[in-house]
Amino acid sequence: MRKNLNVIAAYTIMMGLIILVGIFQSWNIALSIFNLCLISAVMTMGANIQWGYAGLINFGIMGYTALGGLAAVLISVDPVQEAWSAGGSNILLSLLLIIGMALAVRYVLKKYEKSKVRTYIIATIIIAGIIIIRFVSEPGIEAIEEVDPAKTGFLGGFGLPIIFSWIVGALFAGGLAFVIGKVALGLRADYLAIATLLISEIVIAIIKHEDWLTRGVKNVIGLKRPAPYEVNLQQTDWFINLVEKFNLSKLNLITDLTERQSALNQFVIEGSSIFVKLCYSGLFLIVVIILLILTQKALYSPWGRMMRAIRDNEEAANAMGKNVVKQHLLIFVLGSAIVGIAGAMLVTQDGLFTPGSYRPMRYTFLIWVMVIVGGSGNNFGAILGGFVVWFLWIESAPIGLYLVNLTTAGLADTHFLKVHLIESVPYFRFLMMGIGLLLIMRYRPKGILPEKIEIK
Amino acid sequence: MDYINAIVLLLNYIFVPALAYGSQLALGAIFVTLIYGILRFANFATGDMMSFGTMVTILFTWYFQSLGINLGILPTALIAIPFAIIFMVGYMLVIDKFVFKYYRVSKSPPVQLAMVSIGVMFVTQAVVRIIIGPSDRRFFDGEKFLIKAGEFKEMTGLNEGLAIKSTQVITIVVTLILVSTLFWFLNKTKTGKSMRAYSDNEDLALLSGIDPKKIVMITWIIAGVLATIGGALYGLDKSFKPFTYFNNMLPIFAAAIVGGIGNPFGAFLGGYVIAFSEILLTYAYKKFFIYLLPESLEPNTLVQLLSTDYKFAVSFSILVIVLLYRPSGIFKGKIL
Repeated sequence: MRKNLNVIAAYTIMMGLIILVGIFQSWNIALSIFNLCLISAVMTMGANIQWGYAGLINFGIMGYTALGGLAAVLISVDPVQEAWSAGGSNILLSLLLIIGMALAVRYVLKKYEKSKVRTYIIATIIIAGIIIIRFVSEPGIEAIEEVDPAKTGFLGGFGLPIIFSWIVGALFAGGLAFVIGKVALGLRADYLAIATLLISEIVIAIIKHEDWLTRGVKNVIGLKRPAPYEVNLQQTDWFINLVEKFNLSKLNLITDLTERQSALNQFVIEGSSIFVKLCYSGLFLIVVIILLILTQKALYSPWGRMMRAIRDNEEAANAMGKNVVKQHLLIFVLGSAIVGIAGAMLVTQDGLFTPGSYRPMRYTFLIWVMVIVGGSGNNFGAILGGFVVWFLWIESAPIGLYLVNLTTAGLADTHFLKVHLIESVPYFRFLMMGIGLLLIMRYRPKGILPEKIEIK
Repeated sequence: MDYINAIVLLLNYIFVPALAYGSQLALGAIFVTLIYGILRFANFATGDMMSFGTMVTILFTWYFQSLGINLGILPTALIAIPFAIIFMVGYMLVIDKFVFKYYRVSKSPPVQLAMVSIGVMFVTQAVVRIIIGPSDRRFFDGEKFLIKAGEFKEMTGLNEGLAIKSTQVITIVVTLILVSTLFWFLNKTKTGKSMRAYSDNEDLALLSGIDPKKIVMITWIIAGVLATIGGALYGLDKSFKPFTYFNNMLPIFAAAIVGGIGNPFGAFLGGYVIAFSEILLTYAYKKFFIYLLPESLEPNTLVQLLSTDYKFAVSFSILVIVLLYRPSGIFKGKIL
């Protein structure tokens, strides 16, 4: 118990802060912060597995997140029949061609020794393949994009419940990570970081501009929900009764019947959006807890010890007969798959898929601040990092405004400096992130909750 | 005549813009490569350091404009740049003293320094946005075009016009002067040679009596000069927006790595490789072929290899290919 005191204290403080937001701002804001904190926590756990367990830097986080979001669209949206009949065959043919191309490259790689000729053959196969695929897919893509472009103009998905996409998102992200890992894992740490960042930019460029698959920047809206809709809730009897029970003391103060009814309506509307958010919180919490149990088990298993051995001394681990390359690839895929789950969760919560909002340059570094601040190698630390950093990221504007008002209290309201500072309050979040990261790196390089390995 | 038209077309839409853009990338790439070679970390704050330098340039430009000082047909920013450089070098040295020095002295792994540079990136971003705001700013004044498309057509009687913006010429000329001075400095002067020695083998350099503090300081000074000039030239040619500068970090890194990281000359050429491939692969060649081919063979599509949406993706794909087949870059940098 004593050993875990700092963990419990840190989480209690964090929860207290969120409750304070609920009391002083509104429970709606507090819950949406809490939900996004949970999603960030999942992403951080993914990054933490790669960085904390194995020392791999992966800056491709937004690429996997976007793929997870794509999975949510492909799973939950109903298929667009006209689009399939218009261009589906061309797309399927192109898909077969891509698979054929990959198999051909693989065959050449296996069959022939490494030589210049082999490189040229592979290059020829790829270039010829791309040209053929463009010719085959172009008419199909055009036909698909012409099918009611304002509403569809894409192939749609499978029309399954959106929850399934959480698993499929993990598979997509894991698949991409497998390819990237095969290509880039041999590189040195900071080189790997840059390469993964650039690859994630490529992935997002594709998702953004291939309208037949994702509707691109036209966005997909109105995705199915795993939670009830507010409008339906507001007409359900048991929910109205529940809200009435909760607010009985306030309602009893109002004597006039019509006024009482309108107050109740107000409470029901507020209550319904809180209830929906609570449903999401429950779902996300289940995911976080399952992942936490799995990652904790993995950390203390023989496999976890082997990963730490590889991280701390690659040569020695290699000499002991551990296959470093294979393990690196495995952990790269696992971590990325977890990030993919987070991506699908994010789209599920928002109910819409907006490829334009995936900005690798903006959010990748934020997730990394979460990992470093929380404590790399410690799962509880990673989750805490997700919570703390996301909370600060959202709440830094109000905090900044308060600080500006405090420091410029002596100036008139129209003083140019004060006006300018109040206008730039949103940018205080960057300052907070930066200074926070620098201070943690300097004075507590292992994070708020440092890695602690106990032999059990 | 058609051949000349076709050539002018390519000059106008590909060669001149790519040369200017490449020069801007090249300065950034040399900046990255110098930090990497001598201070030994990947500087993720590159884009934001450039935007900081540009911001200071803009502030000085506004100040001079309010005083009524200008250079006639040349942009006022050219007088502002030297003052901005002084300011920027100060900023770099302060950051080094308070942030990077600690990790250098304690011999932290390069990854940790890269993470620290992310912290610097956030702080610089905040400072720039708080001082000048996130919006798009143009600070160019003076004569806009050296040759206007219309004038060129009249002069030569061709169908295609060739427009050369004065900012493009300024960019290329300044880059050439700056880069040749830098190479002269690195190859011929004693300090430059000791910097190269330090980059090549730190222990051996220390043994032969090279002062590491001096080397580091000079590196930051050169870096400050490169960042300010590179950023200001980009801002003059296009416009200044903090987020664009932040994003430019990616092609700059790509240029540095393609050229062979740690090798300034490679970085210089890498900038042009990236710029030219981005523009060559996304340009629609329809008009070009109309000029060259007989009427029966004229293309009816755009003849574009990739849509312009994939502009960024092109340079990154080149980077990935280079990484796969020649991890040390085209011009042999450090093997990573």
